[in-house]
Amino acid sequence: MSVSEKDVHYIANLARLQVTDEEAKSYAKDMSSILDYMELLNEVDTSNVEPLEHVIDLDSRFRKDEAKEPVSHEDALKNAPDADSDYFRVPKVIE
Amino acid sequence: MSTNSIAEIREQILNENLSLKDIVTDYIATIEDQDSEINAFVSTYFEEALSEAEKIEKKIKNGTAGSLAGAVLGIKDLICERGRQATCASEILGDFESVYDATVIERLKAEDAILIGRTNMDEFAMGSANQFSRYGAVKNPVDTSKVSGGSSGGSAAAVASNMVSASLGSDTGGSIRQPAAFCGVVGVKPTYGRVSRWGLIAFASSFDCIGPFANNVEDAARVLQAISGFDEKDNTSANIPVQNYTEELKQPNRNIRIGVPEEYFGEGLDSEISSNINETLKKLESEGAELVPISLPHTKYGIATYYILATAEASSNLARFDGIRYGHRAEKSSVVEELKEEEGRLREEFKDDQVQLDLALSKMDSALIKLYKKSRTEGFGTEVKRRIMLGTYVLSSGYYDAYYAKAQKVRRLIQEDFKKAFEKVDVIAGPTTPTTAFDQGAKLDDPVQMYLNDIYTTSANLAGICGISVPSGSHSNGLPIGIQFLADSFQESKILNAGRLVELLDK
Repeated sequence: MSVSEKDVHYIANLARLQVTDEEAKSYAKDMSSILDYMELLNEVDTSNVEPLEHVIDLDSRFRKDEAKEPVSHEDALKNAPDADSDYFRVPKVIE
Repeated sequence: MSTNSIAEIREQILNENLSLKDIVTDYIATIEDQDSEINAFVSTYFEEALSEAEKIEKKIKNGTAGSLAGAVLGIKDLICERGRQATCASEILGDFESVYDATVIERLKAEDAILIGRTNMDEFAMGSANQFSRYGAVKNPVDTSKVSGGSSGGSAAAVASNMVSASLGSDTGGSIRQPAAFCGVVGVKPTYGRVSRWGLIAFASSFDCIGPFANNVEDAARVLQAISGFDEKDNTSANIPVQNYTEELKQPNRNIRIGVPEEYFGEGLDSEISSNINETLKKLESEGAELVPISLPHTKYGIATYYILATAEASSNLARFDGIRYGHRAEKSSVVEELKEEEGRLREEFKDDQVQLDLALSKMDSALIKLYKKSRTEGFGTEVKRRIMLGTYVLSSGYYDAYYAKAQKVRRLIQEDFKKAFEKVDVIAGPTTPTTAFDQGAKLDDPVQMYLNDIYTTSANLAGICGISVPSGSHSNGLPIGIQFLADSFQESKILNAGRLVELLDK
């Protein structure tokens, strides 16, 4: 699988990352070689195999609907890069 | 420095008037003496450790102490401890301080463990050599020109150099067992669902497991006992009774059936490691074990399967780091500036074509999207970005079935290989790693070579089963060799038992 620099820019946008043209070259090379290696899986016949999503058998479970002590307002805002006393602050979205 | 077990230390405090504060002081001295070279710790909490020591010593003397009284632990810097940093060795969480305790931390504290500091790691646990850390590489205490292994390199090196009696790491594709093998200590990856992941900063949620490092199997079992068990806060926590690991170790069972997979001794394995492991297995056989040749035919697909699924999960998990609620945020002025520049460029490029210009301007990122992008780009390191990109690619429209869905199916085949094998054997044995610890800086520019280093460890995470790495002597290059035992889900007693048998061979 050959990944082009254009692919890299497309994927970077989806991943919310910025890559320079220089970096795109190196990502394209790395990703191509890794994806080439992953082609190995095409050898395996999986036509009658169900995908494995959970490695152990787990049932959905319910817990009692009880109020418990939540993280405090102060704690929740503690690591915010920008906040006032009540809210996270972000740049204006609507201009 | 004492290399006594946790139980022995406690005994000495009780009967020989040894002071826990002196023991902690010794550990602090070792850290201060050696860690500028080894780089195992990213932050330490000596004052708190010393004051805890006084309280716990009293409890030991009163007979009210928990099972880890006397133990001093290091915690990998991705497990939350209230009031302490949790950076995942990443710039993006450079200033992050946990606001709650992970379940494993609550449990360690309840058993009177002393938590002395946060250990170095590969950024977001992505790496096999502990070379991708904002704090710099961890050096192997056995030979400082070599890597410690990763991603829990700091936790392994701290135990190996006697800076702590035990530590916690996390294992997503081998990140406990591989550094344990490289540094010559014991490392356990529990069954998926055995140990709560509440408070573990996620890398790949269907693989991540928290587990212990220790100098001996008994201590590893003791720490594992404390952190294991159902937790309603973790939806994937198994509500299955925990075996009594420490009790069962007292009378090790020598008559076990050990499966030896031909695929674990093939091409790429260092010949001296191969003969070392075979020799250890022969010794176990002479003491009563039965060696059973087995086959795990899908072994060679493990790495590809793992790196597709784990990067996909990582790309999704790491989407939360956007610079809004926590973590690094790019300077607002730089965002505004960049948008202005971009707009200027477009106006210049399409100055003669109003239609094209309007279209190009409408496609520009909003200030908020630009802020996400810049914050993430500045905050994540190269390997993390590489994996986010890969994961995004394998999940993207048009490629999902070819990569992600295919890998999920192969994952089932890998799990079925193990299920079949465990019908015939108690444990499966082999080398933990194909080579001993490699040079600092090696393999950095070849991601595929770096990933192949995890060839014997990723399968356990793909299948969800448990595994242990135990020292099995040294290579002629002087570096430790690790032997790995795997057992079926929730059969941790079996791998601990097998590990204990290897320890007893030396005695």
